[in-house]
Amino acid sequence: MYRYDGYDATMLQERVSQFREQTRRYIEGKLSDAEFLPLRLQNGLYVQRLAPMLRIAIPYGMLSSQQLRKLAFISSHYDKGYGHFTTRQNIQFNWPALEDVPELLAHLAEVEMHAIQTSGNCIRNTTTDQYAGVAIDEIEDSRPYCEIIRQWSTFHPEFAYLPRKFKIAVCGTKEDHAATQVHDIGLYLRKNDKGEIGFQVLAGGGLGRTPVIGQVVFDFIHRHELLTALEAILRVYNREGRRDNKYKARLKILVRETGLDAFCEKVLAEWEQLRGGSLTLTETEIERCKRYFQAPPYKSLDASPESLRTILARDVLFASWYSNNVTPHKRSGYAAVAISFKKTGYAPGDVTEEQLNTLADLADRFSFGEVRVTHAQNVILADVEESELYNLYQQLAADSLETSNLNKLNDIICCPGGDFCALANAKSIPIAEAIQRQFDDRELLADIGEVSLNISGCMNACGHHHVGNIGVLGVDKKGEEFYQVSIGGSSKREAKLGKILGPSFAQSDIPAVVENLVAVYREHRLDHEKFIDTVDRIGVDPFKKRVYEKEQ
Amino acid sequence: MAILINTKEKISDHWTLIQSASGPEVFSALRGRNALLPLALFLSDEEEAASQFSAIGVWLDSHQNLDKLENRLDSLPIIALNFPVFSDGRPYSLARRLRRDLGYTGEIRAIGDVLRDQLCFLKSCGFNSFALRSDQEPEDCLKAFSDFSTSYTSTAVNDIPLFRRRG
Repeated sequence: MYRYDGYDATMLQERVSQFREQTRRYIEGKLSDAEFLPLRLQNGLYVQRLAPMLRIAIPYGMLSSQQLRKLAFISSHYDKGYGHFTTRQNIQFNWPALEDVPELLAHLAEVEMHAIQTSGNCIRNTTTDQYAGVAIDEIEDSRPYCEIIRQWSTFHPEFAYLPRKFKIAVCGTKEDHAATQVHDIGLYLRKNDKGEIGFQVLAGGGLGRTPVIGQVVFDFIHRHELLTALEAILRVYNREGRRDNKYKARLKILVRETGLDAFCEKVLAEWEQLRGGSLTLTETEIERCKRYFQAPPYKSLDASPESLRTILARDVLFASWYSNNVTPHKRSGYAAVAISFKKTGYAPGDVTEEQLNTLADLADRFSFGEVRVTHAQNVILADVEESELYNLYQQLAADSLETSNLNKLNDIICCPGGDFCALANAKSIPIAEAIQRQFDDRELLADIGEVSLNISGCMNACGHHHVGNIGVLGVDKKGEEFYQVSIGGSSKREAKLGKILGPSFAQSDIPAVVENLVAVYREHRLDHEKFIDTVDRIGVDPFKKRVYEKEQ
Repeated sequence: MAILINTKEKISDHWTLIQSASGPEVFSALRGRNALLPLALFLSDEEEAASQFSAIGVWLDSHQNLDKLENRLDSLPIIALNFPVFSDGRPYSLARRLRRDLGYTGEIRAIGDVLRDQLCFLKSCGFNSFALRSDQEPEDCLKAFSDFSTSYTSTAVNDIPLFRRRG
């Protein structure tokens, strides 16, 4: 993974010092709340329902075992012994005291980590596919480009006070695991007719109050033009994005109000100023960044060794975990393993100090000392020898981390909701738990197959409910918490927004609603048809009918 | 009265800022001075202003653009960009456009809600004088320019981004 050189380390130290001074001036009363607000947000610090919340960046999801151990230390020294993996490949701590944050950031800097631009109206952490570099269907590893974008966007002097937050995702695979199309800018790595690597550039996607799928601004730009194209889009947005209403300030609204064609013209005009200039990427820089993401020292191994096949035939629980959580790898004899943080009875994405240390140990023993965090709030060991899978499984089981449900109905994406978040209208964690308790039968879950179920506690949509095959949104009705249910959403290549079924439900009704949706699917599905494909084929009406009919 | 600094020290202000609500009727009272005219007044009354003042500059509010100034930059020794509120990011892009795209070499002054914690990035975008909000401590503000010793991206201070400077 990327390692800091002297420049990176110096700038990070300067940032830590800068925020230490800013915090001191705030505590001394020399900065008002309003003046301190963007400064603390751009260092990841929110003031939340119960205490401050610090969001730490995990650039494009990569963590080393050393970094995991530092996060474990931070969770025990500054928090209550746990953290929370977010839906944007970050980790949040809910209890650090304001005056301790500069010191906490200094600890992070020791392991090349930070909380820079994880909040505020600026360019946020760039996200990508958790299988980058190991996916079979990969066009090119997205991570070197993510790092290039990270550096360009970090401390970008022109874009620190944008109209609103700005999110960029990069996807290098045919299947999209990064929800690329619901980002302000989505980048798909592509190869053109001449065999050159470049990007398709989408703009104006996003969730929140007004969900929009991104639209193509450039069908193909050469990889060397990545930063000039990004800068052109950001420049248009910074100048023309609405600042009169925060709910209309995202890029998606500018694109809609300007019209795609007119927006593209503005971007092109801006791009003409920048093309060929100093921000044009060099092959030297791309190669430099690629060197940090070279394949680890793999062994020469045969695929699916005899030992693995024998155990799979013998141990049904292992076989279930293998079929759910293990993903094929482009290197023969290796596999990518998902460690699910969706165990029933635990808040989705929550991770304890002990688990962070365990992940570090597992990474060192099984996967070259690295893990990846996913936007679906799970953790990936990307480079596990197939012959070690059973050992890994047993170790996970000993640590209660063997939850076998990747991409199943109970692998729920869920925001912290009303239990923690000051913005929430309703709780989300108890809804996830109630659904998980309703669907706890392994064979039933296997029969239902792949379904994404996403829950947000408010319309800001951190739980990505719009793009869940089943989406649940908490709403406030005269002080009471209700839940709106949608179906048919997807964050994959064929990204689409879910359709709302109808009037919202009481919290206690939700498990039964999901059960009805599943029942309709199982009655109508064709052979091997996934939930989302059945919804696409038969439409929303049969689901709607069942859900409301049963309720009466 | 705002205290004025450049990136190194306090400096004295040779310009009189004319408020946006003003019309050419104020010219005679300020005759002979160096006047910073609001954009609209500059565009409508440049000739008369030129006859009254010893020098003319222009100031823009954050929502205004440079389209009508592009051909007249050579005659302007100063362009001031106003921050109605410190968190308005538009003047940063205006300054970049002036310096990088239009090659403007005169003074670019930040006026309005100008606070210590903006200064480092303002300098990177091409501002070179700063009319501080009256409660700001100028000595402290001068330290802000060295918050960061370099930048990843291309700036007005160094057009060459870090990736082209790394060995």
